[in-house]
Amino acid sequence: MKVNMKIDVHHVCRVEGHGDIHIKVKDGKLLEAQWAVVETPRFFEAMLRGQPYDLAPTLSSRICGICSITHTLASLRAVERAMDVKIPPAARHLRLLAKHAETLQSHILHVFFLAAPDFLGVPSVIPLIKTNPEVVGLAARLKGLANDICDLVAGRTIHPVSLIVGGVSKAPEKEQLEAIKKRLGERLPDMQATVDLFKTIDIPDFVRETEYISLKGDNDYPYIGGDMVSTDGVVKHEDDYLAMTNEYKEDFTTSKFARLSRESMAVGALARFNNNYKFLHQEAKEAAKELGLQPVNHNPFMNNVAQVVESLNAMLDCIDVIDQLLDMKLNNIRSKFKVRAGTGVAAVEAPRGILYHDYTIDDTGHVTRANCIIPTTQNNANIHFDLADLTEWALAQGKNDQEITLLSEMLVRAYDPCISCSVH
Amino acid sequence: MKYLGIDPQKIKIGVFNFTCCEGCALALANKEETLVDFLDLLDVVTFREISSDRGEDYDIALVEGSISRDDEIERIKKIRAQAKVLVALGTCACYGGVNNLKNQFKIEEVVEIAYGKDKVETSKVRPLSDVVKVDLEIPGCPVSKAEVEKIVVDIVNQSEINFPEYPVCVECRRNMNTCVFDLGMICLGPITQAGCDAVCPNGGVGCLGCRGPAEDANYESFREILEENGFTMQEALERINFYNALPGMVIDES
Repeated sequence: MKVNMKIDVHHVCRVEGHGDIHIKVKDGKLLEAQWAVVETPRFFEAMLRGQPYDLAPTLSSRICGICSITHTLASLRAVERAMDVKIPPAARHLRLLAKHAETLQSHILHVFFLAAPDFLGVPSVIPLIKTNPEVVGLAARLKGLANDICDLVAGRTIHPVSLIVGGVSKAPEKEQLEAIKKRLGERLPDMQATVDLFKTIDIPDFVRETEYISLKGDNDYPYIGGDMVSTDGVVKHEDDYLAMTNEYKEDFTTSKFARLSRESMAVGALARFNNNYKFLHQEAKEAAKELGLQPVNHNPFMNNVAQVVESLNAMLDCIDVIDQLLDMKLNNIRSKFKVRAGTGVAAVEAPRGILYHDYTIDDTGHVTRANCIIPTTQNNANIHFDLADLTEWALAQGKNDQEITLLSEMLVRAYDPCISCSVH
Repeated sequence: MKYLGIDPQKIKIGVFNFTCCEGCALALANKEETLVDFLDLLDVVTFREISSDRGEDYDIALVEGSISRDDEIERIKKIRAQAKVLVALGTCACYGGVNNLKNQFKIEEVVEIAYGKDKVETSKVRPLSDVVKVDLEIPGCPVSKAEVEKIVVDIVNQSEINFPEYPVCVECRRNMNTCVFDLGMICLGPITQAGCDAVCPNGGVGCLGCRGPAEDANYESFREILEENGFTMQEALERINFYNALPGMVIDES
């Protein structure tokens, strides 16, 4: 059968930012499959130049509306490593609590609001308010709890205020932490219901062997700092991030591409799961098993499932961190430091994958050079090459152009791309 | 369905993003306790971030982000032609916001810093009102969802829309915070429009003026506060330039 197809999706919906899909098939053969980011770049690396050290994290937060806490944390770590600032243990725990809560809110936003409508056959979450109120209720309760934790610990969910150089500017009261811990416990059944819901969802059975990159856990599921690792066996020190990303630019897209041992690579929930499975909570491992997810998994659509597993893990991590905070004194939350010149690199796991910030600071405390490498930037080449394989896989099954259009959009959404981030 | 005690007719709304982090659109989806009721009040005909519906018959356009590339000019003009009411959402849309920091460099320079030798199309950053007529500006980085909800309801009911005339200091004192100047940091709260419930000073850091000038901003007295607390105008300008939303303070200086 000779099939001809021309698929052009302008501004893929239910993703953050603007990207286009172009697929051409002639006589049943794939001619071209392209993932083109068309987002307007904002030039944060230039805007950061000249900023005082304390405003650099505030500015970096504005790279992304969804993962602003992670950008702030990466920026803080880069500044603190450049100026050799050590932060008190209580501040470290509070930052981690904000980090886990952001992971939870971002994953819940993605799996319910952005990805789930495809699996339930609706254009958005809005019609589900009438048809599946129990699903919308789950999402609203879990996301609401995550946002409340961010508000309490970081001062605000979108663009945090109290995460500052040297530690944090404000600690919650212990009674507030106790109350949040109680609510986390009460919401665990909602999380289990989410796992049960995703067990009923039919994930496309598509596989393309991929190199997955994440932070390398030593004793815990990793989030802030440390070495990087790939499923192809590459391990590098945080400071050697450029050798882990190898950015390059193609003319058809405004976001850069990245690669390591292969033509492309992937970061994000599935990458973390593949590299650090053994550090997950037992309950999260059991949920993964129920959902048919085992390491190393090479199906990009399973990133949605890895996000569900990580959401449960993040709730359990929140409870652990709160328990540790309840045993600590919360009066020492910011260390004293001197402004000094230096260079600092930070690697932090954003919800969508590993994020790098790298600054040089002069002796007046102003940024003179900045480089930021965004998770979605590291995924863009993989999305691009996946699209070609996915199209051929779908053609072999006799799928029509409408089905292939939907599958290709679902593929892009599975990566949970943060496109305005990626062209920062 | 009744929302906040009133019974409005459904209005058609579109949400659009230009150069920004999309945090303001996300803020609209973030207040879970009223989200379902708020969405029920509206007929959301286009909101690419959360829906694959792409209707073009919206009455109100909520637009976030600034203009920083020529193709964005055509796109915003089309939205303007369709919308009965065009609302600039957030500091990037109202003032250019943090994107303005790019304008201190030459265009070739910013491209070179971020992309090296690769060619990337971009232009000077502008607020929406530089390109099209804007009916209403709701500032904030990000916007306050509570404020946006209230204003949308006011538009539906054709009630008068009011922003606080007083500065952030009033809300900050009401929250019984320690003054940020007393913590040894600069705060732009004395000259910035309230309405955010002093969220930054509540968290123990200074206001950066994302909501633009208060109606009765007293720049002269603010200079005195800076001086009394031992801060230079240069240090204050680093903060004022962050959002570039306090033009009065900057013009006074030149």
